[in-house]
Parts: sequence; structure tokens; C-alpha cells
Amino acid sequence: MSETTGQPFRLPEGGRIHRDEPLRFRFDDAEYTGFRGDTLASALLAGGVHRTGTSVRLGRPRGIFAAGSEEPNAVHQIEEPFPEPMLTATTVELYDGLVARSLPGRGRLADRPDPARYDARHAHCDLLVVGAGPAGLAAAATAARAGARVILADEQPELGGSLLAGRELPGWTREIGEELDAAPEVRVLRRTTVFGHYDDNYLLAVERRTNHLGAHAPAHLSRERIWRIRARHVILATGAHERSLAFAGNDRPGVMLAGAARTYAVRYAVVPGRRAVVLTTNDSAYAAALDLAAAGLEIAAVVDTRPQPGTWAQRAEQAGIEVLPGHAVVGTRGDTHVTSVTVAGYAEGRLTSSARQFTADLLLVSGGWNPVLQLYSQAGGRLRFDDALGCFVPDGCRQAVEAVGSANGTFGLGRCLAEGTAAAARAIAADPIPLPSFTDEPSSPAIQVFVVPGTDADGDGDHTHFVDLQRDVTVADLDRATGAGLGSVEHLKRYTTAGTAHDQGKTSGVLTSGVAAHLMGARIAELGTTTFRPPYTPVSFAALAGRDRGALHDPVRVTPLHDWHAAHGAVFENVGQWKRPWYYPQDGESMDAAVQRECRAAREGVAFMDASTLGKIDVQGPDAATFLDRLYTNMMSTLKTGMIRYGVMCRADGMVFDDGTVARIAEDRFLATTTTGNAAAVLEWMEEWLQTEWPELRVHLTSVTEQWATVALAGPLSRELLAGLAPRLAVDAESFPFMAWRDTKVAGIPARVCRISFSGELAYEINVLGWHAPALWDALYAAGRPLGLTPYGTETMHVLRAEKGYPIVGQDTDGTVTPQDLGMGWVVSKKKPDYMGKRSHARAESRRPDRKHLVGLLPDDPAVVLPEGTQLVAGSRLPEPPVPMLGHITSSYRSAALGRGFALGLVRGGRDRMGERLYAPVGGELVPVTVASPVLYDPEGARRDG
Amino acid sequence: MLLIPCPWCGPRDEAEYTYGGQAHVPYPQDPASLPDEEWGRYLFHRANPKGPHAERWCHTAGCRRWFNAVRDTATNQLLAVYRAGEPRLAGGEANGRDLFA
Repeated sequence: MSETTGQPFRLPEGGRIHRDEPLRFRFDDAEYTGFRGDTLASALLAGGVHRTGTSVRLGRPRGIFAAGSEEPNAVHQIEEPFPEPMLTATTVELYDGLVARSLPGRGRLADRPDPARYDARHAHCDLLVVGAGPAGLAAAATAARAGARVILADEQPELGGSLLAGRELPGWTREIGEELDAAPEVRVLRRTTVFGHYDDNYLLAVERRTNHLGAHAPAHLSRERIWRIRARHVILATGAHERSLAFAGNDRPGVMLAGAARTYAVRYAVVPGRRAVVLTTNDSAYAAALDLAAAGLEIAAVVDTRPQPGTWAQRAEQAGIEVLPGHAVVGTRGDTHVTSVTVAGYAEGRLTSSARQFTADLLLVSGGWNPVLQLYSQAGGRLRFDDALGCFVPDGCRQAVEAVGSANGTFGLGRCLAEGTAAAARAIAADPIPLPSFTDEPSSPAIQVFVVPGTDADGDGDHTHFVDLQRDVTVADLDRATGAGLGSVEHLKRYTTAGTAHDQGKTSGVLTSGVAAHLMGARIAELGTTTFRPPYTPVSFAALAGRDRGALHDPVRVTPLHDWHAAHGAVFENVGQWKRPWYYPQDGESMDAAVQRECRAAREGVAFMDASTLGKIDVQGPDAATFLDRLYTNMMSTLKTGMIRYGVMCRADGMVFDDGTVARIAEDRFLATTTTGNAAAVLEWMEEWLQTEWPELRVHLTSVTEQWATVALAGPLSRELLAGLAPRLAVDAESFPFMAWRDTKVAGIPARVCRISFSGELAYEINVLGWHAPALWDALYAAGRPLGLTPYGTETMHVLRAEKGYPIVGQDTDGTVTPQDLGMGWVVSKKKPDYMGKRSHARAESRRPDRKHLVGLLPDDPAVVLPEGTQLVAGSRLPEPPVPMLGHITSSYRSAALGRGFALGLVRGGRDRMGERLYAPVGGELVPVTVASPVLYDPEGARRDG
Repeated sequence: MLLIPCPWCGPRDEAEYTYGGQAHVPYPQDPASLPDEEWGRYLFHRANPKGPHAERWCHTAGCRRWFNAVRDTATNQLLAVYRAGEPRLAGGEANGRDLFA
């Protein structure tokens, strides 16, 4: 039994496949075999499968069209070993146990998390060579021999590029590959696609490390790796993609690029059919025809649009192949596969003779070659249409990047080699290297043909003249678009969607420009091409995310007390990168019940919370007081050592930016606190002014957020608890007044105790060095248990502060709110000549009486807790839209102390609406609320001294 | 991603920096004396040239220093960098010089 059983189109010998490694796979529920070294596409063709899906818009059968990453049709769903959508069969290396399915143009996302690892590496080099074909190998070897640090990246599993699909220089490719692999300063990245070229020669590549091993991929290796490469010089040896041309029925399975068919025959030992017609506008398809004929495929005819094809045609005729100069294909037949090809005489855009039909199961086309310049264009390189070559070529780039070989429009192996070594020698100032002598065959000029007219017999106009196979865009679609007056390729692209598919128009982009130029009677050089954007080929989000998933997605910051919180059942909330205890449910308590209990403890007994996440900035220097006076709205220079002042910072536009307390530690030293989420932003803001506007101020800023841990102790019993633990501290209200700080020992631990209250209750903030925090906390907890000491979280903190009308910056403010809007005119100095925001506060707009003010809002039904963000309107019936909005609710909670739901909100002219009834639209109902003072609890402030 | 030569640390990836908008927009000497219009101009009006643009950058994830740079907004190329307080550069000074050498 032959190893090629079940592979009727596999040649008995040849190719770069490993016939001793047969692989089994499934496609659309049928079993097939292939060999190691196959792609899914070559294995399917060996099994006689052309049709690989259905087109997205028209539902027409489509088949394998290309042999590389430019494939527009064979885009498949991989089902096993792990589901992945939209992979091109031409780039999926075959492995044992692969299960794939055809798609109607759209894939399905996996329904489970990807178990594979992905990672990333950074790399720097003197020279990055993209593409390991002849020009790329010559360039890399040149730089390597000069001792330069070189990275050579190629998307294929083996080096050689176009040489893998030809019969030239087999020994040289292998030798250079071995030399590069052994060179100490050279990194050869196989299976690696460079997909993005950004500023300053920063390039991204994805290396597929274990995909080709299928289920046998070792779990400890990353499946794909993103390379972030910074290169001093870049050489793009990215080759060229063949393009098709637009003729009737050019989308049937069995229509294939001529170069792709050659690749299948030479590299994979697969003939994609039995009897082929070849349609070409240039010489390159003759090499394909000759190779395929040598492989046993019958060439029915080479149809050449050129009236005088030249020497290649003579060689074909000598090989017994019929050549039809001045002809073109005008149609194909076949239900799910080409069965016949119709050919007619052609000259200068017109049909010149009646049609003739060839029986064939394969139609190979070559409409010319497009240099692969996606990366060059992404790098900012200009492209120019070369009329002689019939393609876009590089035309200069501000970055240190050069395209060589067929990417530069240089076709011919000898010239590609020479160009590669010359470019590398230029880039790193070295000498070119000796190369195998290779004389390029004399070539005859191509002619540009983009559209072949249909015959009247078809009667389908241009509706089967496909331009973009993946988006089902036809000449008729482009005709309609240009007829509608769209004259730029960018507009045509967006109107017709040509070039917007998964393949990003690799085979269709220039054809689209060419057909549009033809329709508009313009020159393609004037129309140009659409802008290329990364990525060159689709990249999975998993690869881009790398290891930054799950717990590693963003740094997690925890306080020194985190373990205690977790052990005591805290539910955490994210505040920036911090994990903060939100509430501590006991015995299956609901959140609401837990928060009510924690609130009662703070108001009636004693409670404590971990406030370590507050931002803390140490401000030192002889000019520290002056500096703070300029940034805070109130006066800080008059603060006495040992005392604390609440302060608000505004931006220059007068809007509240942050708030916190400032403690004067010494004449030249302050400790400023910030909100948890704004700590970094406040430090940056301070540095900005210090460095850029006030460099003469002698001030130094240091973040000490993580050096200090802070425990807030609140409630009428807090003094008693603290006194017991801090025997040296005089805790009576006279000795230790509100807004004072004292250095002492608490539970034997050196501590700075501040009389600060964010709840309105008698309260302290105990600051200790971070590593002492657990000891302090444990001591407090042990001593406080008999008093009913209760840990509380951020939700209770929010309720307590809201009952007192204390705003949270970023929740009750949104960047359009002044301190005056918050009812905090008292924190804005009238004496200082200037402070950040003062001029803006003097603007007429800032003084309007109908600005939005922070007010309290009491639902008429005390059981109601309104959703935050709810709008507020005036009447009990909604008028026709647009409904005037008076404001919105910024904070809303249930209050244990008030025994009702309550809210804070920003309301237009709110302070002049006290007692007024407004309405909050919630779920189709208008909920009545009454405007009140934002200070709903203890408005006299009687409780803060205990 | 740009490679930005911090005048203190040398060339580093753009991701280490914060952009700070147009450079050389000084805080007014006496804001109180300015009419609303002029104050508004200081707050909100910035040049948006196509070509060389003097702008501020901060090496946030490095030395935390603010400095000035001239960048061509049409090509995204950095033409010059200089420390805060140093004389303003137009960018032409850097022509032909390798910023990263």
C-alpha cells in the first residue's frame, strides 16, 4: 500500500514534505492524510479538495486561491485541538489530529478560555531583515559576516522564501541558513511574521512557536510570542504577491494563482488538478506552466494577453504546450469547480475573436506581481506606481528602511541576491559578500491588464468579474461606486468594502485600483493605493495580551493589612490598582445589612478601617509653604507646626482636581494626603509646576504612600480605646484638639496620630510605618473587642461621609465643578494674591447663580434608594423631549442614622431650591425627591469632639 | 512607538513618557489683570502646526524630569530635545545630527 493512499493528487516523489511522517486530519467531517511539511491547504489539495468555503455575501463556492498569507478564500475554523477562528489554510502547518471546518466567510470565537501560554520579548539589533528569501538571506549574511547584531525573521518554518518553490540554489540556501544559525550575534526567527512597522524602526512580530505541534505542544512553552524589536536599520525582503485579473467567473474553485500552483507542485509535491489553462499578462506564469507540465499536469493552453510573448513562449511551445498570444479568458464553467474555460482573442481592452472552450479543471492566472510593501508603507514610506513594471514600488522613506528584491520591484534571482547584499553593506557600512553567480533569464515586458470584458453570451454584465474575493466585490460594484461619483481609492474602499476583509486586500488591492482607474479613464498612478495599517496579517488578541492576563493584567496593590481583611471575610473593591475592603459581611449578611451594622458601630460605638491607600506626599524645603500656597485654594503657610488643614486643589481652569489634608511637620516640611485614585496624578501635577514654572522654589517632593500605613478609628468610644493603648498621649479635646497631630506610641509602636474625621464622629487616624501595621491593627482589635470595635469598609466610609455632605472628588465632581459649586467657598482664600484657579473663579461664568450646586436629596418615600447617575427634572409629568435636565444624583445610600434613603446630587441653582420638589425618572416612573442641605447628619458638628 | 532621547537618561521608549502639550506657554505674570478673553487664551488656546512644534514631555517612568522637545508633527520625527530652562530650539539645530548617538 502506498503512503499516498487517499492523496490522489500527491506526486510520487519530490517536494519538501516528510513522507515518513504521515499525519491524519479532518476537514468538514471527512478524514484525510497529509505529511509533515504540508500546510492544511496543500494537504487538502493532495486529497482533491479545492472548495474550502462559501463566499460571505453571495454564497458562491470558493476554493484555495494562493499558497501563502495572501490567501483570500481558504479561511477556516480550527476546531481541534483548540478552537480558533479564521485561520488561512495556506499558513496552517499540518499536524496530526487537526480538525478544521470551512466557513461561510465568518468565524466563531472560542467558547472557553485559551489554556495556552503567550509571552513577549524585547530585542534590539543593528539590522532587522524581514523575509528569508534570496535577497533577505544575502542581506542577513552580509551583516552577519561583518559582526553586526542581526535579526532575520521569516513567516515560513524554513528559510528560503521563493527558493522553496523553485529549483534554484538548494545548496546555497542551506549553507547560508546554517551559517546564520551558528553566528553568535544573529537571531533567526522562523515562523515569525513581522506585522507592524512603527516610528523609529520599532517593529512588532509574532512567532508561532508550538502551533505546528497541535495537541503535542509542550505546555511549558509559550504558544506564540510577540517580539518587540527596535532596529537601527531595517531591510524589507518581503517578496511579492501575485495578483489576479477581473474576468467573468474568475472566482470558481479551480481558479488559482499560477505561482501558487507552482509552489504546490514543487514544494509540496501536489498537483492542484489534471488539466490546466494558464492565463497570464507576463512571463512568470510560463515557469509555473513548465514546472507543472514536468510534474505530469496537462497544460491545455497558455493564454497570454500579450500579442508577442517572447522567449518564454517559445520554450513553452518547445515543451509541447499550446500558447495563445493576444488572447484572454472570458469565462469559466462549473458548478462547484471549474470544468471548462472559455478563451477569446484579446487586444487593448477588446475581444477580437469568437470564443473557444477548453475542458480543464484548473485555471491558473497571473495578472502580475505586487511587491509586498505593507510594512514599508506603515513605516511612512511613499509608494509610486511604476508603469513599466505594472506595480507600486518604494519611493523613499524617512526611516532607515530599505526594500530589496521583489519587494523593491526587482524580479530575477541574480539581481535580488545582489540587491540584498548591497543594501546590507550600505546599512552597516560593510562590504558586500560573494554570491553564487546566477544569470537571470531575459524577460519580455508585461502588459497591464486589469479587466477582460465579458462576452455577450454570459449576459451577467460584470457581476461575476470579481475583484475582492473575500468581500465579494465585483467590477459591477466598483462601476456603481465610481458612477456615484466616488473618485478616491479610500472612498471606493469604504463604499464597496474592497480590501477591508481578513486578507486586507493582499491580492485585490492593486487590482481594485487598476479596475477603478480603468472605469474612470484615469491612470492608476494618479489614483494611488489605500493606506496600509498594521497588522500585516491577523494577530490573536491572546498573543498581544501575552502574560498580561488575569491577575497579571494590571498590578494589584494591597496594603500591609490585606491578609487580615481577607481572613476576616472582607469583600474587596478595586480603587485604581488597590484592593480595598468594601464591607465585611458576617454570617451570610447581605451587603446592605453589613453596611448598616458597620455604620451603626461608627456612629454609636467604635469602628476602624484601613486607610493606608490614601496618597501621601512628603513636601520638604525652605519654600514648601509658598509652594503649597500656590497650589491649594486655601492658605497653608499660616498652618502651625503640629496642626492639620483640609485643602482643595484646582486646575488652572478653576475646577476641583483633588482634596486632602496637609499636616505641618516642621517649618519646612509638610505631609500632604491625596485621594486614593489620584495620588500619582497629584504628585505629577506638583512636579510639573515645580519644574516648569517655579524652578526657583527650593522644594522636594517624595511619595510616601506605601511607607506609611494608616488606620482610621472612628466613633464616640474611639478616645477611650486610643487612651488605653497610648498612655503617653493626652487625648482630651483641649490637649489634642481637632485637626492636630501628635507623635506618640500606640501599643508600643511609634505612631503619628491625627485628629481627622471623615465621618463627623470623634475620630483619629493612626499612622505607623507599613511593616508595623499588622501589629497595630491586632492590638487595636484585641483591645477594642470588648468595646465592640467593628472593622468597616469603603462603602460604610462613603455612607458616613455622605451623611455629612463631604464630597468625593471624582464621584460628586466631574471636572466641571468649582469649590464654590460644592458649597466650599470657605476653603477658597480671599487673601492670597493668586492660587491655582483663582483667575478662573473670578470669571463671570464661575459666578453665575444658576451653576450646579452640590445638595442633599431626600426621596419622599424613605425606603427608596435612587440609582446613582439618575437625572433630575422639574415637573411631575415629563414634557416632550428634549426634557430640561436640572442635574443628576452623584451619591446615593441608605442611612442607618437617618433611617432612610438619601442622596447627594449636582442641581442647577441647587442652593436656592431648598425644600423644592424635583423628580427623578427611574424605570419609567418619576420618583419625587426634596432638595435639602447636603449636611444631613449632625449639622451643628457637635459629635466630632466626642 | 517613538524612541525619545531624554536629556537626562538617554533614548527610551515613548511608553515611559507623558506628553505635556505645547512648550513655552508661561503662566501669566499677573492673572488677575487679564481680561477673560486673554485668560481663556492662556488656558485653552494652543498652536497646532503642521511641522516643527516645541512641546513638553515628562520622563514619568524614568527620572520624572520635564523637558522640551521639537517634534515635526507631519512626520512624527523628533528634531531636538533640551532641558527645561535651556534656550528654545527651533529643531533646525538637530538636522543631520543623530539624536541617539
